[in-house]
Amino acid sequence: MSKYKVNLKINNIPISVDEGTTILDAARQLNFKIPTLCHHDDLCVAGNCRVCVVEQKGNRALPASCATPVSEGMEIQTNSLKVRQARKHIVELLLTEHNADCTKCFKNGFCELQEMSNAYRIGDHVFIDLVMEKDKVTDISSPSIEKDDSKCIRCQRCVRTCTSMQYVSALAVTHKGNDMRISTFLDKPMNDVVCTNCGQCINRCPTAALTERSYIDEVFDAIYDPKKFVVVETAPATRVAIGEEFGMEPGTRVTGKMVSALRRLGFDKVLDTDFTADLTIMEEGTELLTRLKEALVDGKDVALPMLTSCSPGWIKFQEHLYHDLLDNLSTCKSPQQMFGPLAKTYYAEKVNKNPADMVVVSIMPCTAKKFEAERPEMRGSGYKDVDYVLTTRELGRMIHQAGIDFEKLEDEKYDSILGESTGAGIIFGNTGGVMEAALRTAYEIVTGREVPFTNLSIRPVRGMEGVKEASVKIKDVKPEWSFLEGVDLNVAIAHGLVNAKTLMDRIKAGDANYHFIEIMACPGGCIGGGGQPIPTNMEVRKKRAAGVYEEDEAMVIRKSHENPEVTELYESFLHEPLGHKSHDLLHTHYTPRKRH
Amino acid sequence: MTRIEELVKEQAEKHGRQRTSLMPILQAVVSSEHYLSEDALVAIANELDLSTADVFGTASFYTFLDTVPRGKFIIRVCKTITCHMKGKDEIIKTISDMLKINLGETTNDGKFSLLQANCLGWCHKGPVMLINDEVYPEVTPEKVTDIIGKYLKKG
Repeated sequence: MSKYKVNLKINNIPISVDEGTTILDAARQLNFKIPTLCHHDDLCVAGNCRVCVVEQKGNRALPASCATPVSEGMEIQTNSLKVRQARKHIVELLLTEHNADCTKCFKNGFCELQEMSNAYRIGDHVFIDLVMEKDKVTDISSPSIEKDDSKCIRCQRCVRTCTSMQYVSALAVTHKGNDMRISTFLDKPMNDVVCTNCGQCINRCPTAALTERSYIDEVFDAIYDPKKFVVVETAPATRVAIGEEFGMEPGTRVTGKMVSALRRLGFDKVLDTDFTADLTIMEEGTELLTRLKEALVDGKDVALPMLTSCSPGWIKFQEHLYHDLLDNLSTCKSPQQMFGPLAKTYYAEKVNKNPADMVVVSIMPCTAKKFEAERPEMRGSGYKDVDYVLTTRELGRMIHQAGIDFEKLEDEKYDSILGESTGAGIIFGNTGGVMEAALRTAYEIVTGREVPFTNLSIRPVRGMEGVKEASVKIKDVKPEWSFLEGVDLNVAIAHGLVNAKTLMDRIKAGDANYHFIEIMACPGGCIGGGGQPIPTNMEVRKKRAAGVYEEDEAMVIRKSHENPEVTELYESFLHEPLGHKSHDLLHTHYTPRKRH
Repeated sequence: MTRIEELVKEQAEKHGRQRTSLMPILQAVVSSEHYLSEDALVAIANELDLSTADVFGTASFYTFLDTVPRGKFIIRVCKTITCHMKGKDEIIKTISDMLKINLGETTNDGKFSLLQANCLGWCHKGPVMLINDEVYPEVTPEKVTDIIGKYLKKG
């Protein structure tokens, strides 16, 4: 931002702000909240919904405050009679094209348009209602995302998210005038286009035009079916965000309350995806070391750098856009999908249950996980490994439905087994977390010593920068790893698919000297996932990320290979990482898909 | 490489591969193929490294960039007020009877499509009709019969 200051008055209060600041942001600095709909802190300016109009002295037109930079001597009124009337009409006009079926709507009570309509006391139909004219059908083709055009106000937040944040562009503005809509290539169903199911569009949609496909009823049906043994697994990032569904601050660590709530909802066992996150590190770390050995010692033509495979949005992105590099992708399933087959084999045997009667539910910060669970290859146990995937938001709703007073719950602990985790498992929720967890383990396996970072915190891989790089010097290795002596292990991290693209293009151009790359589809990693509470923005992501690191530091064990339940699992069942059983249950393959 | 891919590539060589090259390429494909097929849209997206949704979004904005198959001769009759008052309905009926197609349809031999257009800017000489890029002002049912007759004789 320029250091030149601009002086103006907002509602007669003088203020001096940086040149280039929008009227909207200047007003925020004075604690005047101008309503917005198409504006989102994560996205570029659109200026199309017009609800943020303000009155400017000497200007007959009402400028959109989100799209107008301040100028010297400007005098702005944010709530004059003219503004109030215009704003009310704008909301009324938006409502003429919005299916305001609020009482039956998934977003009832969480809808930004509804909130605005309420704030401005929109009552009578001033304008003709056009919703019925449009005859729109909800697209439920995708297992992750529902698209209901009758709720769409065409603010284009989703399009900007899909294009500039994720470089996917599955959604675009199509047709014109009265027919203008947000659509896909040739208006195809969502499941048939390049959509990665990341759900970032859902997280930004101000209405219910884009929502997750909900499986709440199916899960309650399973819970109340006496024949079913229902186990639930919770992803790392959910425990620092679910509190937001109950009015708590983003980043509040509510792991114990969440476990308690899940038990009260009636799940038979409450288990932790963090456990399989630790397991992922064992498998993926071994895979990396194996690839390095094959490349450095055996002189084999191994695909390097190795890419992480925990984020199903990222995987589908790569299958569509970079399928020539699928060999670089780790064959490890994501922690969710490692959990499923283990629950229905190893765990089923331990608790003496027939896997056919088991239902595995996962609570995820993610909508792409719903699609992932439906993949035909995710049946390693002989059954559908993970039966239902719920977002953090859906869990919040279930807890509300069940009348559980979340804030007052006592902390409870996960069940055993498959419930034990380490700090390394928890940080999977943050961008850079998988990398950090992998380094903590791999470095120690190779050298016999802890990673050379204070308090195990590998700072260079943390933070919200889009692409991060780090290099770890490996020295004084154990004899069996002598080929790694003196090697600089180069790693990179990207989050948000537009940043993934940057890295992938560099790999393709041969301009990336990395050994290992972590990629997460969502900005901030899973804590910023498409299934997380709304709103999600930079401030919220930073708070949740801080919560994750606090949770890590509060753990007694902070390295995946020290998880006692993981050790036990290898001793009594899997025998070794990348072994025969691991191959059958924990590893997968990928499908090249067309970009177009 | 398919014929369409070759055509698109040729146009990309001519107009460039910038985002701003999209319109001339879309127009060139339409003038050669009469419409933008799915294959053509995909080829353009590949050639310019754009998403297909983006290419479709642009094409769908313009009435003259059709994404459904059209005939060799696309007849567009102006539907706006002046032409309406000057009897465009009669013009449409005449063409419709002659070619045995309704509005929005294409003849079985793929020769003619009959469409309406928004204002063509010829209000002073309505009703007006367009066949591909050719303008026919002040048409009457008789004149139209003659004009279409001439096109019927064309290959």
